[in-house]
Amino acid sequence: MFVYADNAATTSVSKTALDAMLPYLTENYGNPSSLYSFGQKAAEALQEARETVAACLNADPREIYFTSGGSEADNQAIVSAARLGARKGKKHLISTKFEHHAVLHTLNKLEKEGFEVTLLDVHEDGVVRLEDLEAAIREDTALVTIMFANNEIGTVQPIAQIGALCREKKIPFHCDAVQAAGHMAIDVKAMNIDMLSISGHKFHAPKGVGALYARKGTVLTNIIEGGAQERGKRAGTENVAGIVAMAAALKESCEHMEENAAKIIPMRDKLFAELSKIPHSKINGSLEKHVPGTVNMCFEGIEGESLLLMLDDAGICASSGSACTSGSLDPSHVLLSIGLPHEVAHGSLRLSIGEYNTMEEIDHIIETVPKVVSYLRAMSPVWDELEKGQRPHLI
Amino acid sequence: MALYSEKVMDHFRNPRNVGQIDDADGVGEVGNAKCGDIMRMYLKVDENQVITDVKFNTFGCGSAIATSSMATELIKGKTIQEALELSNKAVVEALDGLPVHKLHCSVLAEQAVRAAVKDYYDRHGIAYDPEDFREMDEDELHEHVGH
Repeated sequence: MFVYADNAATTSVSKTALDAMLPYLTENYGNPSSLYSFGQKAAEALQEARETVAACLNADPREIYFTSGGSEADNQAIVSAARLGARKGKKHLISTKFEHHAVLHTLNKLEKEGFEVTLLDVHEDGVVRLEDLEAAIREDTALVTIMFANNEIGTVQPIAQIGALCREKKIPFHCDAVQAAGHMAIDVKAMNIDMLSISGHKFHAPKGVGALYARKGTVLTNIIEGGAQERGKRAGTENVAGIVAMAAALKESCEHMEENAAKIIPMRDKLFAELSKIPHSKINGSLEKHVPGTVNMCFEGIEGESLLLMLDDAGICASSGSACTSGSLDPSHVLLSIGLPHEVAHGSLRLSIGEYNTMEEIDHIIETVPKVVSYLRAMSPVWDELEKGQRPHLI
Repeated sequence: MALYSEKVMDHFRNPRNVGQIDDADGVGEVGNAKCGDIMRMYLKVDENQVITDVKFNTFGCGSAIATSSMATELIKGKTIQEALELSNKAVVEALDGLPVHKLHCSVLAEQAVRAAVKDYYDRHGIAYDPEDFREMDEDELHEHVGH
């Protein structure tokens, strides 16, 4: 049985998205910047897509800028706020310890340019505290950037409260909503979000397309210079087919959000319930504030990459925050940020479920994971020491 | 292209000589859990200093398990002297290569064999130059393989 349980990494393109995009690869391949009607057909499709994406976020179409994906949107939002802040003498940026690298690495870059960065603690439950944010805000804070939902552990942040606080303090608020868009309701107006990043391939559009929402009046800095596309803020001939697909996929996901969640949550909860029966396992992140599909757990005494390879042999696609899967010496910064010891974080497993998964597939995972964990523990000197009491159990 | 060679996957899926030896003549353990890999190697050695049996336990990634398995195969039936000559390079070659960021696993396998031999020497009162058995820390391991 083949089970794709890595929907937080990417998703399949839905039939709706594929059907919507195909005409823009074949018969309607014109350049939206061309004057003739053939090109203008593509421009119309672009405009329609912009309206659709805006409607899904409760934004104005003129506030949507199409990008190559979530990373580019994150980069542009942060750099824009930093440049604007610097002009006003504000060089302090606030974020969290467990943001995506698209955010963290952009902040690192700005730090080297002389900005000061405060990364908020996300506590053991993987949720930012409003009081921590309030305490971190300074006179010279130029931006608060906090993700909607974490990509590894799936915890959801109090975005509406953060937005309200930032608005009150008149600080621009950017939200990386890559893991939330299409899966959770987003209302940029009600949530007081100034900038927001989304990525098509996380909700059944193709890879390589995303969007940045920037509230009217936000000053954007270009990351890509060139032509006047995207109102001069993002050069390069638009990925028309990709954008059309993203709009169709987002609309479909938003229209079926409750229905999808009702299908996904019982599968996720069954995984949590059954895999928690494995001795010395741990669920990572608060279950109360959680995206529907993400399951992240640690199993003591084993290492994540060998777990993934064995699951792959059983037809299961999953991911892990172990160092070996990242190619670095340290396990995932997300798992460390919620206080997991290194040796525990190495034994992590992320399963991310989507509406295309079935309960039969979940049962296959539930049948397979305990066997693989037992097998790897049987050859693990760490587990041997834990069992003999020579090493204390950490979970 | 797959992450690992067929040989690596074979040794990962069907590791040779997994287990422990209760009455081992030498046991070596290298690595640490914090860094995500530990190898423990058990040797049974006869009066002619021939390794008659070898077993391993490994906590680590696919290549950690595969390099441990390959190292045990390469030293089984060999003399202690021959085992000491086992290089991480030989392990990598026998596995038809490893990705660059996994080369440290092969060094760990070489180190595990050496640690087990040192323990054998210690237990049997055999003299040796301690410099030959200096343990590398994790940073050195990674430097050793140039990454």
